[in-house]
Amino acid sequence: MSSLGLLLILAIYVVMLFYIAHWSEKRSHSKWTNNPYVYSFSLAVYCTAWTYYGSIGLAAQTGLDYLPIYLGPIIIIPTWIIILKRIIRISRVNKITSIADFISLRYGNSRSLGALVTLISIFGIVPYIALQLKAISDTFHVVTKTQASSNIFTDNTTYICIALALFASYYGNKYVDASEKRRGIVTAIAIESILKLVFFLIIGIYVTYFVFDGFDDIYTKASVLENFDKKNTIGNLTNGLNWFFLCLISMFAIFILPRQFHTAIVENNQEKHIRTAIWLLPLYLLLFNVFVFPIAWGGNILFGTQGLNSDTYSLLIPQYFNNNFLTVLVFLGGFSAAISMIIVSSITLATMLSNNLLIPYGFIGSLENVSQEKNTKRIVLSRKIGIFSLIILGYIIYRVFILDYTLVSIGLVSFVIIAQLAPAFFGGLFWRRGSKKGAITGIILGFLVCFYTLLIPYALGTTNSASTFVQKGPWGIALLKPFQLFGLDYLEPIPQAVFWSLLVNFLSYMAVSVSFSGNYRERNYAEMFVDIDRYITNHENAYVWKGTANISDVQKILERFLGIERTQRAMTIFNLKYNIDKDNKIADARFIKFAENLLTGHIGTASAKIVISSVAKEDKISLPEVLRILEESKENIIINKKLTESSNELKILSEQLQIANKELINKDIQKDEFLDTVTHELRTPITAIRAATEILHDDENIPAEVRQKFLQNIISESDRLNRLIDKILDLEKFETGKQKIYLSKNNICQTINNTLESLQQLIANKNIYVDFKDQSREVKAFYDEERIIQVLHNLFSNAIKFCESIAGKITIKLIENPDFVSVSIHNNGKEIKPEDFEAIFDKFYQSRNQNLKKPIGSGLGLAICKKIIEHHKGKIWVESSTGKGTSIIFTLPNYNTTEK
Amino acid sequence: MKKILIVDDEPNIVMSLEYTFKKNNFEVFIARDGQEALDILKNQLPDIIILDVMMPMVDGYSTLEQIKQDARLDHCKVIFISAKNKEKDIEKGLALGANLYVTKPFSLKKLVEQAQELIN
Repeated sequence: MSSLGLLLILAIYVVMLFYIAHWSEKRSHSKWTNNPYVYSFSLAVYCTAWTYYGSIGLAAQTGLDYLPIYLGPIIIIPTWIIILKRIIRISRVNKITSIADFISLRYGNSRSLGALVTLISIFGIVPYIALQLKAISDTFHVVTKTQASSNIFTDNTTYICIALALFASYYGNKYVDASEKRRGIVTAIAIESILKLVFFLIIGIYVTYFVFDGFDDIYTKASVLENFDKKNTIGNLTNGLNWFFLCLISMFAIFILPRQFHTAIVENNQEKHIRTAIWLLPLYLLLFNVFVFPIAWGGNILFGTQGLNSDTYSLLIPQYFNNNFLTVLVFLGGFSAAISMIIVSSITLATMLSNNLLIPYGFIGSLENVSQEKNTKRIVLSRKIGIFSLIILGYIIYRVFILDYTLVSIGLVSFVIIAQLAPAFFGGLFWRRGSKKGAITGIILGFLVCFYTLLIPYALGTTNSASTFVQKGPWGIALLKPFQLFGLDYLEPIPQAVFWSLLVNFLSYMAVSVSFSGNYRERNYAEMFVDIDRYITNHENAYVWKGTANISDVQKILERFLGIERTQRAMTIFNLKYNIDKDNKIADARFIKFAENLLTGHIGTASAKIVISSVAKEDKISLPEVLRILEESKENIIINKKLTESSNELKILSEQLQIANKELINKDIQKDEFLDTVTHELRTPITAIRAATEILHDDENIPAEVRQKFLQNIISESDRLNRLIDKILDLEKFETGKQKIYLSKNNICQTINNTLESLQQLIANKNIYVDFKDQSREVKAFYDEERIIQVLHNLFSNAIKFCESIAGKITIKLIENPDFVSVSIHNNGKEIKPEDFEAIFDKFYQSRNQNLKKPIGSGLGLAICKKIIEHHKGKIWVESSTGKGTSIIFTLPNYNTTEK
Repeated sequence: MKKILIVDDEPNIVMSLEYTFKKNNFEVFIARDGQEALDILKNQLPDIIILDVMMPMVDGYSTLEQIKQDARLDHCKVIFISAKNKEKDIEKGLALGANLYVTKPFSLKKLVEQAQELIN
């Protein structure tokens, strides 16, 4: 394959990726870009060219040793559901955009710690970028069958590298706010992750099943090779220990590698996406490792002792069989793996560089005085230059230092350096006492150990170099030999460095943290980090700050970085959230924290603090006071919660009281009306009696028959009075619960017949036809017969009263259910208005609603019927419609249907 | 001979009123509700009307309103008799133009005296 041809294919490939990024950037909220799978696949940026080529190289040379790098993450990923969620929450509320921000903020928003973490990351990651460039360069030369030119200007990979750097810097930092999501990049990374896996699986299948006859064939052929058995076993305890330390650094790496922190935390849109990632990512890593061994052994079998670079076996094998298509495909997969890593890492490093080094130590002063547009431009430009320079720096490192190393060895050194951040990182997440001094001491000492045990030997030459420094120790002191420090001679160089550096780092972090008390700000953030779930909704409340600042001054600063519109929008939201009057002029702790957060995405936490403190005069607070305030705020949150609860309860109570009060007022009106109506009802018969008595008293010459009539009047009116009083008392008994019901088993048909019997005369008088088909049925139910007769009497009397005057008809229907017996009494007279369906069962309903028209009946009958039915646990209601008359229906529960 | 129209739906009360007024030389007409009263008034012009307030069909108040619209009945005196004895009921009755408002129960003797007083 010619260089030009391959370059052309590469160009097309990159344009395609560019297009995907561009496309998804525009659809940043669609389900194509914002879903758990894109998130999970973007995490596979963990698998770089090192994975793609290096693990094969390592497998070919040493056997299973490539595995720990994938085992570590697989072991630790299940804990993500707790730990990663927590880190995401902390990062979200504090607008954290990088591992440097995360660690420095935890330890009191320390500028120096942020700078230190940034430096360590650059130290650790730039060689790793160099490694990717080396992979691209090596494989490019393999595919094109050219030699790397020692003149960088004639080497094609130089131009590939510059093109990549331009692409990454152009596309990687369009945003001034580093906490904004970069959907385009993330989607492109996810696609690349899928492509590199698919291409790798294709070559794996090709080697296993087309070049060879499956796994068994490779195994059989490989088993005759030298050292085969040794390479296929983990080995003894020493090897186990080596494995342990390698697993340990890869466990840390999946959390704190800047590119992993970025994809897993900064680019996380929804916490629930983690649930997909915790199974998909391990599955991805497993799939990626299925064919590593077959390809590695296939290469060993085919090329044996030719001394070819085993890292490139996956290319050499298809090339050996003249399969150009597959060779290019594999190359593109490796290229994808490399550029994903380069782009994400350089973006995150550039953000760290600008937010934690350049701005806080460099041009923060000049940023304070220029307009928002200029600030934004300068920040974005500084990051773009940062990305470009980092990639070029990586290229230089590749050209100058690491031409001769295998991919894996560079990668592991990088891992060990980054692992130095682990004690401060995890300590800060779970341990309140962890302090800034401890963190700085740990990181520096740990790094120095790495420097001594790894970087110096690697800089001096390969592990096998003749340098006396490595072989005999400095000044011939054997105890200080960098690969066997203090006589520890059974670990490989990398695990040995891991052991010593992390031990020193961890112990010094702990020792310094417990020996010197940290400052109040550290403790404040310690509480916020460790107890994030408590503060998640109102984290500004947890920020302790005392001092004086004008809101307007802070606002001016915000406007300089965010612009006027965004600032005002943010402030409105803040005021609404905490219910703050917008005329408030003095800033409180919540506002200071809120403002710092807003700036953090733009200029990093340390710079945000510096900028805000330039207009705010902060009073120092002692550590005990901070703890007291935190305690109080904790209590306040609890008290607030209780207050809200009890105020809600009070609200409900007062609503209930209002309802009760309304009911009482209503009852009072009803009572007045009741008395009014009762007295009115009583006065009518009394008037008749009084009049008759007066006549009898005054008129002595009254004829006997007239006298008889008046006396008769007196008797009937007295009876009427008595009936009325009876009814009132009856109702009162029901209402106060004094009335007892005596249930017995009766035949309801019989009861109806008896009642009709007593009303025979009235029915005959009005010439009413009674339709009762169930007359002779036997329908039994439990009820108080006397009371039900009272009900029926009343309902029939009403029916008779309201029946049509001509052709009156009363229809009685019975329905028997397993649960109840229902009786319907229908008359063909006037209908009742639907709005009165309920009211007709009220006491004196008629007189209340037709104040002047004379009611028929006492107005108590239906009220009493309702009480009686309700005491039987039945229901009574009215059905009525125009032209169809009125039915009153009541039900009686069928307490015992079996006993018939 | 003076004419009187008694309007009430309580037969026992009407019976006593009829007997007493006849005894006192009135020509008595009886109506059981407002509508019947208005029908009678088409042919008869009584000197005095005794009107119950609460009646089925057309009540006392609206009966009086219609009476007041009939010029032929201008001379006619009206006495309300009612079990409704609240101040506002009495006021309403008088405001409609009744000459007297008598609450139930009442004294027949006194009612006759008051009626005679009104028409003399």
